Order: sequence, then C-alpha cells, then structure tokens
Amino acid sequence: MDNARSLPRAQPAAGTAASEPGGFDLTRSRRDSLRRKLVERGVHAILFLCALISVLTTTGIVITLLGETIQFFGEVPIVDFLTGTRWTPLFASKSFGVLPLVNGTIVVALVAIVVAVPIGLLTAIFLSEFAPTRLRSLVKPVLEVLAGIPTVVYGYFALQFVTPILRDIFPQTQIFNVASAGIVMGFMILPMMASISEDALRAVPRDLREGAFALGATRFEVVSRVVVPGALSGILAAVILSISRAIGETMIVAIAAGLQPQMGFDLLRSMETMTAYIVQVSLGDTPQGGIEFRTIFAVGTLLFVMTLVMNLLSDLLVRRYREAYE
Amino acid sequence: MINLRIDAQTTDAVATPSQNGQTDAILMTRSLNFWYGSAYVLEDVNCDVRPREVTAIIGPSGCGKSTFLRCFNRMNELIPTARLEGSVVFRNRDIYDRAVDPVEVRRQVGMVFQKPNPFPKSIYDNVAYGPRVNGYKGDMDEIVETSLKRAALWDEVKDDLKKSGLALSGGQQQRLCIARALAVQPDVLLMDEPCSALDPIATTRIEDLIRELREQLTIIIVTHNMQQAARISDRTAFFTVAESGAGVLVEFNDTQKLFTTPTDPRTEAYITGRFG
Repeated sequence: MDNARSLPRAQPAAGTAASEPGGFDLTRSRRDSLRRKLVERGVHAILFLCALISVLTTTGIVITLLGETIQFFGEVPIVDFLTGTRWTPLFASKSFGVLPLVNGTIVVALVAIVVAVPIGLLTAIFLSEFAPTRLRSLVKPVLEVLAGIPTVVYGYFALQFVTPILRDIFPQTQIFNVASAGIVMGFMILPMMASISEDALRAVPRDLREGAFALGATRFEVVSRVVVPGALSGILAAVILSISRAIGETMIVAIAAGLQPQMGFDLLRSMETMTAYIVQVSLGDTPQGGIEFRTIFAVGTLLFVMTLVMNLLSDLLVRRYREAYE
Repeated sequence: MINLRIDAQTTDAVATPSQNGQTDAILMTRSLNFWYGSAYVLEDVNCDVRPREVTAIIGPSGCGKSTFLRCFNRMNELIPTARLEGSVVFRNRDIYDRAVDPVEVRRQVGMVFQKPNPFPKSIYDNVAYGPRVNGYKGDMDEIVETSLKRAALWDEVKDDLKKSGLALSGGQQQRLCIARALAVQPDVLLMDEPCSALDPIATTRIEDLIRELREQLTIIIVTHNMQQAARISDRTAFFTVAESGAGVLVEFNDTQKLFTTPTDPRTEAYITGRFG
C-alpha cells in the first residue's frame, strides 16, 4: 500500500502526466481474481463435459456392438464366421461365412486406393513443392469442395456417370460393379490423401531442402531424394487412413456396388461390402432381435476392429515421423 | 547517404600479398542491392573475395550477413519475394546472368549451414548425395572416403558408414555436412555461422578444419563471434545496418588491420563491444 501511495506522488515529480492508480486497489483486484477463477473453472468444466460426451458415445457404441455380437457368437461359432466363404443369412439355407463381405470390402478399398494414392500424393507434392502461392490458394479450396460433397452424390455419380462409361468400354460390366464404386470412392478420399500428405511434406524442415539445393540438386531431385523420403512415414499414415476411410465408406458402395456377397477379384461384377450389407439389413424388413438382425452387429464389430487397427497403425507411423527431426 | 565502404582495390595496395601471390578476386559483387519483398536488405555492396583465403563476415544481427553470403550461390532465390540488383561475378562470369544455371553455380559454390542439417540417411548416403545428383560416374566409395577425410571425420565413422547421419553428435553432424559439401568438389565454400550450434570443443575442431581447407579452397564464413573471425580469417568484412534499414559493407580489410586499426568509427565501436 505504501507503494500505491507513493507512486502518484512520484509521477508528477518525474514529469509524466498520465497515471493509472486503480491498478493498486487490492480489494477490487481480489474480487476480480475471484471472478476470474470462477470463469476459469466454469470454462474448464464445460470443456471437460464436451470431451466426456465423445468418450461416453464411443463407450456406448462399443458396448452395444459387443453385447449383440457376443449373443450372435453364442449361436454361430466364431471360426465359421471368420473362415466361411458363403454369406446367406437372409436365405432359407443360412450360412454365416463373412469372407465374401470382407473380400468385397477389400477389393473396393484397393480400387479406391489405386486411384487416390498416386493422384493424391502427386497433388500434395505439387502443392507443397512446386505450386506458386497464388495457384496453391486456388487449388486447395477446390480440393476442399471435393471433400465436402455428400457421399450419396458420389454414389449416384458412380452409378449414373462412371458405370455407363465402363459399360461402353467393357460391355460385360454389370450395372452394379466394384470398379465404378471403387474409382469414385478414390476421388472421394483424394482430398484427405492429398491434404495429409501435404502436411507431411511441409513438415520436412527447410534446412534439409536448402542443404540439398546447396549441393546442386534440381528441384525434382530435392523432392524425390530428400523431401518425399523424409515425409515417407507421414505419407504412409495418409495411405492407411485412406484405406481405413475406404473400408468404412458406405453410401457409394450401397448405391453403386450392388448387394451380392461374392468371392473373387472381378472388378466388373457386383459385390457386397460389409457396410453395404449393414445398410441392406437396417433398411429392409429383417425382424429385430433375430439372428439375421444380429449379423449386422457382428459385421459391424469386425469393421470397427479393422478400422481401429488401421488408425492405430497410422498413429504409430505419424509419431515415428515426428521423432525423426527432433 | 554516405557510404564509407573501403573499396577492395584500394586496400589491395596496402595489404600484404597473400601466400601464393594471387590478388585476382574469385568472387566479386558490384553495386549489389537486395530486397525481400519491400524490405531493403543490402545496399550497394562492392566486395572482392580472393581465392584460397578465408574471408570472414561480421556485423550485428539483421545487417544482412547471411543474405549477402547466400547471394554467392543463388540460394536467396528459393524465397519467392527475393529481388537482387547489381552483379555477383564468379571467375569473370556474372552468376545472375540469364544464361547461368543456378544448379551449376551451387555445384561450384558449396554451402554449410548454421544448424547441422544432415539428411535422415546413412553417413555414406549423405556424402554421396551431391555426387549422385550431379551425375558423378567414378568410384563413389573413394569420393566418400576422401571427403570424410578432408572433413576430418573419417576416423570416427569409417566402421559405421551405414549409421544414420542424425545419430552423430552436433559437431560430427556439422563435419558430415562439410564432407557432404566437399564431395561435390566446389571451389568456394560458404559457411553461415557453422559453429553457432556447437560446443567449444566441436568449434575448435571446425576451426582447425577451416584452416586446413583454406589450402585447397576459398572460404567465406559468416560469424557472430569476433574472436573466431580473428582466429581463422585472412580478411574480414564488417557489415552494419545503415539509416535506410539495409545492410551496408562498412569496412573490408586484412583481419589483423581491421581488428587493430579500424578506419571507420562504426567498425571500432562494434569490435570494442560498444555496439551490437
């Protein structure tokens, strides 16, 4: 308090006219700090609750999935489910081999990856290393628009636009086919692939690029021998996330790939994916509570495990590439 | 604005001739002006660098030392807004001439950076990178060994060439970067505060190395450390910030003369520690 009193007196002596003595009123500042503390705590609580919601939702989903799945495996042996090659739960002669659905899912995802990875990676390299700032600011929003298109639109794009083209080229193509769904799905995940890869490329320190340039490397040599190898684990993470996204994608395959659970790799034929099967049962007249209905939980759990493993894998890779430069 | 630079040509007359008697400059800048966007960075720099000498560049932070150094291998043009006027002449050829390929310039004018920046590759691949991108067809093992020896790193790493360059200590990493630059067999080596991230022992080793390399090539080194400039360089250039906000070359002379009998009051103020 001594300070507070002496300061205003000292100030005119020093010749400065402006003074702000209020800052030294202890009672007011204590009330202020109490209020600040309450606001702090309130914000903290609200943020915590929001975070809690997503944790609870996840837990709820897992519990529901697991409960029904365990019941399902009480009736169908898990080995039969995982190794069987006939999937006919909705027919009179029931068979619960999930492999045709897994086969369909993987084939569609592979087609999507074959489209998305090269184009996405090259786009990322172009944006991060070659594009002038102005062009970059033009291309990025276009990519983001691509990412914002509803998947149902992609689905009909596959069915109404890509499939007819495929049928012109390969007349044996079925109306519902894996190729068209996979290709269009590739374009759907392209923005994600490009954007994560670009982040990985940009994370390569400028030092390294300069080091390579200083040795007389051309821009292409810097990119191909320093930047891309340096960002490799990040790029791999992007690939894995893309696969995970392709596996989980529903609408495009439900619309364009058909509903026939089949083994094989003929891209021009119809196949059913795990997601498409879940849609088929959920929307159809399958009575709730029966074994037919429970199949979707078993398939859902398997799907969940597959994407979870993929995401963990990409997490691991991302962490490794962060460490590389630190 | 008064520009108190001392023209290199006039100092030559008073300077003691260098060991091999060569006085022709290997690198010259003429009326060099430089901008980053609208920021004026270098103002009318005229400077002659003699071959097989160590030229030190000193000056306070922000005086454009590093930018000046990077004008010699066209590294500045990697920054989109950079703009340069005037000329930089290397062996009687303006390296900013339209016909000159910057890649070729950088092959002959190597560079070592402030922070050691080995590639996340093996020691061998780090050194072999330059020869590979430059289409070297000879014996790669030999050039890797020679370069590591010239950088005084060979004995420490010869049994472990497959180890990652990032696994080395800071001082070793910097010598690896020097080896990497030497593998391209440049005539000039630019060093941008190569010891600023290193401990005193590692610094001593780099300084010893610079003294050895001086026999074989021309070295231009930017340093924050005046003692270092005094220890290793033949000639020293002092830069400071002019009223225009840009860096200017104030004084360029034999290192001993510049540190004992500076002609410009600003140089004197800086080297006696009254400023900067």
